[in-house]
Amino acid sequence: MSGTGSIRVEGLYKRFGDFLAVNDVTFTAEEGSITALLGPSGSGKSTVLRMIAGLEEPTAGRIFMEGAEHTYKSVQERRVGFVFQHYALFRHMTVQDNITFGLSVRKESKEFQKERLSELLELVQLGPFRDRYPDQLSGGQRQRVALARALAPRPRVLLLDEPFGALDARVRQELRRWLDELHRELGVTSLLVTHDQEEAMELANTVVVMHEGGVEQVGTPAEIYDHPSTAFVAGFVGAANVLAGHVVGGSIQFGDDRVAGAGHLEEGVAAQAFVRPHDVKLAGWEPREGSVVAVVDRVSRLGWLSQLTLRLPDGQQLLAQVPKDETEGVVEGVKVVVDLRNAKAFPAEAAARSAEAVV
Amino acid sequence: MSVAATDTRLGQERLHQHRRRRLLRTALLGVSLAYLAVLLLAPLAGILWVAFRHGFGDIAQTFSQPDVRHAFLLTAIIAVVTLAVTTFFGVIVAWVLARQRFRGKSLLNALVDLPLAVSPVTVGLIAVLLFGRGGWFEPWFSAQGIQVIFALPSMIMVTTFICIPFVIREVAPVLEELGTSEEDAARTLGASSIHSFRRVTLPNIRWGLFYGIALTTARAIGEIGAVLIVSGSVQGQTETATLYIFRALEERQTESAYVVALTLAAVSVVLLGTIEFFKRRSSRRDGS
Repeated sequence: MSGTGSIRVEGLYKRFGDFLAVNDVTFTAEEGSITALLGPSGSGKSTVLRMIAGLEEPTAGRIFMEGAEHTYKSVQERRVGFVFQHYALFRHMTVQDNITFGLSVRKESKEFQKERLSELLELVQLGPFRDRYPDQLSGGQRQRVALARALAPRPRVLLLDEPFGALDARVRQELRRWLDELHRELGVTSLLVTHDQEEAMELANTVVVMHEGGVEQVGTPAEIYDHPSTAFVAGFVGAANVLAGHVVGGSIQFGDDRVAGAGHLEEGVAAQAFVRPHDVKLAGWEPREGSVVAVVDRVSRLGWLSQLTLRLPDGQQLLAQVPKDETEGVVEGVKVVVDLRNAKAFPAEAAARSAEAVV
Repeated sequence: MSVAATDTRLGQERLHQHRRRRLLRTALLGVSLAYLAVLLLAPLAGILWVAFRHGFGDIAQTFSQPDVRHAFLLTAIIAVVTLAVTTFFGVIVAWVLARQRFRGKSLLNALVDLPLAVSPVTVGLIAVLLFGRGGWFEPWFSAQGIQVIFALPSMIMVTTFICIPFVIREVAPVLEELGTSEEDAARTLGASSIHSFRRVTLPNIRWGLFYGIALTTARAIGEIGAVLIVSGSVQGQTETATLYIFRALEERQTESAYVVALTLAAVSVVLLGTIEFFKRRSSRRDGS
């Protein structure tokens, strides 16, 4: 399935009454890649997807596919494959009628429809279910039918709106891996809307993080995780501790302790440091310059990791995840010495705007 | 010992409660059955008994009367035209009510129920007021040589008016519950609006639509008040089946009246029964 194209949106806006759902969104989804629109619910990501499909009309902005402007083209002309969150299968049609719908609409020959149908049934591994109705299938099977239906007319781009949102964790994982393989095989340009950062990180080449209708950051999964450009991204993508303090000499000071990484902030302003739990390292028992002494409140095991709930001298809480064999002698009540690495500092007012950090 | 005694007492208490609850349930079931038997079955049995009192002779005799045949023909014509109009426009109005947002939507919503709220006699009187001698529209129609009042046009008009709500009220909630996602999916797959309506929306609303049609038919063939006012009830000309029953009773042709009444009732019952049957069969097959 070659010949699928890139997508570019420029300065996209969407207003519903008084509510600005999409606020100046610009990004490019490269040909043959998977791009994820990642954000909490209500961040406008689905609206962007629906505008690209032509199901919603943008208030302002432009949409390009394969370099040609599509802003005012009809849904039918855009030739996109759309996979809906709740499948949106035609409930009165069998699996095979669902899959061939897009072909019969385009008046393809019966032989071609049959050929394509068996191709797709094999691709989504649903051959034995071709005569079933949607309500006789499991959630995962329905989503695979939805995908086969979207792919049948060989769309130029594939748009997926929370495709695994309604499935349980195990099926999600399975389908995610399967979609990844499928994409490697077909190479169709895909745009995936999700609120699940793991999903975005695992599948996407490029992640567009959205918040309150706007774009917070565009980058590869590694860039988004290692170098969040806003407090929101730092808090939303991956777990993070948030330590409140103020800037002193390029560090953030909280109580008598400091953490480095605020060189770009003005001296004296209130600021927050984002520290990921795995960036909290146990550093022996002797306090050193730059290390922090904390009391262990709780120790719990997460598989091969130990999760420590620590209390800093100024009362703030700090979660640490360390390999379990490094935790000898660490029990509730003792004082430990930790290093805080890779802290990201943001001015407090910007951080306050963001959602609460997920820990 | 005292513990055991308490246990027994508690057990008895529970038994009493259980019995009381069962008694109440039986009583409620009895009331429902008696209510429906008295109000639905008794009249039906009465009609059946009178109609078949002298065997099939009465039935054959009744249907041999030209007046009766003409009355049924007239009722059928009115029902078919009413059905075509209310179905076509009903689906459009239901779609607008379910899918579009606009100023005055709640007003339109209330307006749809107006025919149910107004007495059919009033509807007939309004029609006479508008189209009868000295009415607002009468000069124009008589200039075209069309007689509206005391003729078929007004009878169709009032019946249609009275039957407006049924299709709309059956279809709109189904459309609303259905949502737009299947239609959206059809559009992204390249279907035009008409194509998507025909192949995706229509099959999904078909049972609601059939119910609406059945109710409309039942109402159309049973309507008498409004038709009585506008038709003038001219024997063999503007006399529908219900009007025939009315006259037959006055002329003490009780058997004929009951035979015609029974036929009308049978049509409605068969109609509703058929739809229920097909609906069940289809829901067993595809679960929709």
